[in-house]
Amino acid sequence: MMILSGPPPRGRTLQTLIVVVTLALALAPLLFPGAKPLNVAAKVCVYALLGASYDLLLGYAGMVSFAHVMFFGVGSYGVGLALYGLGPSWGAAALGLAAALGVSTVLALAIGLLSLRVQAIFFTMVTLAVSYAFGVLASQLDWLTGGEDGRSFQVPEVLQPGFRLFGGPLFGVAFNGRLISYYLVFFVSLALFLALLRVVNSPFGRVLEAIRENPLRAEALGYRIVFHRTLATCLAAAGATAAGALTAVWLRYVGPDTALAGSIQIAILVVVVIGGMGTLYGAVLGAAVFVVAQNYLQALLGALSAGAADAGLPLLTGLFHPDRWLLWLGLLFVLAVYFAPAGLVGALRSKDEATP
Amino acid sequence: MTARLALDGVHTHIGRYHILQGVDFDAPAGATTMLLGRNGAGKTTCLRTIMGLWRPSRGRIALGDSAISGLRASAIARAGVAYVPETMAVFADLTVRENLLLAAREGPLDEARLQWIFGFFPTLKRFWLSRAGSLSGGQKQMVSIARAIVEPRRLLLIDEPTKGLAPAIVGGLIDCLKEIKRIGATLVVVEQNFRVAREVGDWVRVMDNGRIVHAGPMAEFAEDAALQARLLGLSLDGRQ
Amino acid sequence: MTASDFGAALPRPKRDLLPIFAPLIVAAIAAPFIGSASSFVTLTAAGVAMGMMIFTMASGLTLAFGMMDVLNFGHGAFISLGAYVATLVFTPLASWAQADSWPLNLALLALALAAAVVVCGLFGLVFERLVIVPVYGQHLKQILATIGGSIVAEQLLYALFGPDVIALAPPASFRGSFVIGDAAIEKYRVVATLVGLVVFVGLTLALNRTRIGLLIRAGVQDREMVEALGYRIDRLFVGVFMAGAALAGIGGVLWALYRQQVHASMGGELLVLCFIVIIIGGLGSVGGCFIGAILVALIDNYAGFLAPKLALVANILLMVAILLWRPRGLYPVGGR
Repeated sequence: MMILSGPPPRGRTLQTLIVVVTLALALAPLLFPGAKPLNVAAKVCVYALLGASYDLLLGYAGMVSFAHVMFFGVGSYGVGLALYGLGPSWGAAALGLAAALGVSTVLALAIGLLSLRVQAIFFTMVTLAVSYAFGVLASQLDWLTGGEDGRSFQVPEVLQPGFRLFGGPLFGVAFNGRLISYYLVFFVSLALFLALLRVVNSPFGRVLEAIRENPLRAEALGYRIVFHRTLATCLAAAGATAAGALTAVWLRYVGPDTALAGSIQIAILVVVVIGGMGTLYGAVLGAAVFVVAQNYLQALLGALSAGAADAGLPLLTGLFHPDRWLLWLGLLFVLAVYFAPAGLVGALRSKDEATP
Repeated sequence: MTARLALDGVHTHIGRYHILQGVDFDAPAGATTMLLGRNGAGKTTCLRTIMGLWRPSRGRIALGDSAISGLRASAIARAGVAYVPETMAVFADLTVRENLLLAAREGPLDEARLQWIFGFFPTLKRFWLSRAGSLSGGQKQMVSIARAIVEPRRLLLIDEPTKGLAPAIVGGLIDCLKEIKRIGATLVVVEQNFRVAREVGDWVRVMDNGRIVHAGPMAEFAEDAALQARLLGLSLDGRQ
Repeated sequence: MTASDFGAALPRPKRDLLPIFAPLIVAAIAAPFIGSASSFVTLTAAGVAMGMMIFTMASGLTLAFGMMDVLNFGHGAFISLGAYVATLVFTPLASWAQADSWPLNLALLALALAAAVVVCGLFGLVFERLVIVPVYGQHLKQILATIGGSIVAEQLLYALFGPDVIALAPPASFRGSFVIGDAAIEKYRVVATLVGLVVFVGLTLALNRTRIGLLIRAGVQDREMVEALGYRIDRLFVGVFMAGAALAGIGGVLWALYRQQVHASMGGELLVLCFIVIIIGGLGSVGGCFIGAILVALIDNYAGFLAPKLALVANILLMVAILLWRPRGLYPVGGR
């Protein structure tokens, strides 16, 4: 299939699931009317792209970096601050995006080169430290970034909620700025995801995997590890930057909690691991699971907690409290690492291969 | 104290590589058995499997009357097996004294034993409190061997003791090995240096492609140049 | 003449003392910028105290990695747990805390530290069995599993103790400052420094003078050979891991009293600093960890005074600078 740049994902259940998720996202405004569901859908799109870009680094290149959220933040702040400072125009957004990509590329080069200087475990810890420091710095430069409060801004007119494409609703759907924003997010995420597919299904992608499996051998065969790892880092960074830019435009706000929080890096890890590393499609499934859980698990837990309170079990009431949703997701994550290291994609594929 | 080592149909897989493909091997008690063979024949893997550092996938290994296959390396060590690896594995940041202290599980270092060791390794006495990492290759080898004999053991596994050492030091090591033999120990020694093998070994076992392809007394093997050439790829007069 | 006397008269090989001067160099460079002597003294004292606390937190982390290649991203949980344990001890014994009597206050602190050691040590055992053992030898899975474990642990702490920040005031006689000339040195900082020193000296003695310490030092260099010499390195490791957790608990108690508050997120934030410290010090080296902790804390305090927003960045730059000088840290251990 030309558009996928390679064979479709193996396994009937997996294929079906991916098609279903994609269609659900494509038709979200129709299928799930309301502000919250649309928000969830937009977040799934962004996290799918973000996760896929991280999978390129983690699953394909084998580089465990904790600085990925940094690129996301750069993208968010780049576009957000440009729109804030230069006014709500496409030109400003483009300028912001270009600047963000520039900064991300420089940072990616630094990180890519670092990975060659220090051994793997150092690399992971250093990226964690750098990323954390970057986040702290962003909150502290409040004259620029708005500090803890962040910046709210206007987006180009077409994307503003008040904008109307047609006079009134068509087919029961209001063609307003929110809708257009959503489809901007959806189509850009989709396009970049397909671009990432192109990268991993190319010779470059295969060399990356070879380097991941056995760097010495790859080097002996003549592949330049420096080049491949650095380029992979830059491409992954670009994907994350774009995801950040989309988030800023969608939220019309940028701040440390939405752009640089450590919880975002953890979320990226969860998305890719639960979905399945080294598959790219895993990011789509992982994003769907994570974002839906993040938004709706709390409601479920709330019900369980109320039930426990009624039954007079204070410990369970505390454990099932909606604010503790991360506890359960964390448990799921740990169990996935132990029992389903190939993630959802792996589990679905085995199931498909087992049944004739 | 010493014991007979017996391997029976031992296979070892490392990853997907089938290194030992059915090793039947015995090292008589109280004697020195040389394990020879070309590079990659599986000699080091054999020693590591006996030591328990790698698990055999099939087969049985017995020391004296007890089976040691499948046990942890630490349990095998406590059964009385000492290992001198190819890499020497000297603890570089510890002193020579500390290296030996670690090896002496029974308690403090035995004076008499130490004097005996210093007899053929006087350098160890000189560098007693020096950091082991600052010693030369030959000196590290002395530490590694000393660790194996600081207490009596039933079996000594020694992997290429003379590798990379200057000829003068090799002579000293041969004397050392002869001295260890004199007090009566079962030795299994891997050696690429045929001269050393000939001088020290009572028995010879040759490995190729993960199997034992020849077993017999060293005296006979040493006389048979044609056999040596065929099995070890040696030219006449052997390697120095 | 006993065996240990041999060679005693000979000169020992030159020891690598250069890194020890690093904190002094940093202090010397910062001094002129800070200007006033009293500020310098206060900041340096604060830096030393903070360094001691971070050292106790990071020492366990570096030993665990040095010995078994285990990188525990969940180490922060032990720090937070220690802090919460301190509140459990301080609350019922509030009268001891309020009494302006330093023996009583010291006893209270000792009790809190002892409780943290026991609780965190046990929790370390549970964590090692449940989270670490299944993923031995697989770095990536270890990173992921321990991160997952840290999330679960943090959430459990919130579930048990509530999500709010809990205030924790140091005992009465530890509040206030010693005044030396113009310089004010907080009393609590002196206490923390003393505790940290006791830990450092104790740890060093244990490592260098005991048989177990010998095993640990050897294990950090070549664990396979230690096993081949007849020792159960896996059991040794469990002990080291538990000790590391206990030490982190001590650090958590000290830090909580320092910041006068307890919250489950503090462990994760401090973990980043711990990572910087053990990278600088060299994975597996307790001495390196000590110097690294002092360095990082000094820089944090000096930079915090001179250019507050750049404090963390300054530490990152320090880390990068040291990695460029010695890519495996100040005192790399073993063959890694």
